[in-house]
Amino acid sequence: MANSKPRVKVPKSAEAGEVITIKTLINHTMESGQRKDKQGNPIPRSIINSFSCEFNGQPVFSCDIEPAISANPYFEFNAKVVESGTFKFTWVDDDGSVYTHEAPITVK
Amino acid sequence: FAGLGFVPGPASADAAAAEKRLMDFTGGKAPQEGRITLTAPEIAENGNTVPISVSVDSEMTPDSYVEAVMLVADGNPNPAVATFNFTPSSGVAAATTRMRLAQTQNVIAVARMNDGSAYIDRKQVKVTIGGCGG
Repeated sequence: MANSKPRVKVPKSAEAGEVITIKTLINHTMESGQRKDKQGNPIPRSIINSFSCEFNGQPVFSCDIEPAISANPYFEFNAKVVESGTFKFTWVDDDGSVYTHEAPITVK
Repeated sequence: FAGLGFVPGPASADAAAAEKRLMDFTGGKAPQEGRITLTAPEIAENGNTVPISVSVDSEMTPDSYVEAVMLVADGNPNPAVATFNFTPSSGVAAATTRMRLAQTQNVIAVARMNDGSAYIDRKQVKVTIGGCGG
């Protein structure tokens, strides 16, 4: 899906050692492969199959995704921040497309 | 896989598939009750998008942390839902997503700790309108 656009909520700043909440959403139909079209032919599966979050190059959280995840997959999770830096978010599509988003955070 | 206690109630083909998936995830170890909490609505009017949260009561240090949590749904055409992979940088082992449920069924969450131990929680969700299309 060429029009998949990530939306991510990360606090702009945090105290050192604080555990923050991150919310992410990407628009995608997440075609499950279970549905049939009007002619009764199966509609092939086409989903986002993995998501990951890194901070300054280190893994924070990732998710292996199956067709049971709803359209426009939403993930909410946490991260412990000890220094200023950048979160990098990556979504991988069945069709090989990779969508990324970056968000900076300042630690006071 | 009968008697391992992953899936309550009469065994169906889907429940057996769900159980096999969880056994692969825990490396054959039967998970214990406790420490993991699965939060799901009792009744989901729309099975297309059902909010699901998991949290595991554990410290998240390099020596002791939650490696992963697997979610399965024993009444979906394919029981696999998602696997969350945590690291000590996650701070706490908790995550929320939205999932599809084809019919009334059990959602099961199993956590695997870095020492290999495993914990389980499950919730039955009643579904008014199924969410897998037809």
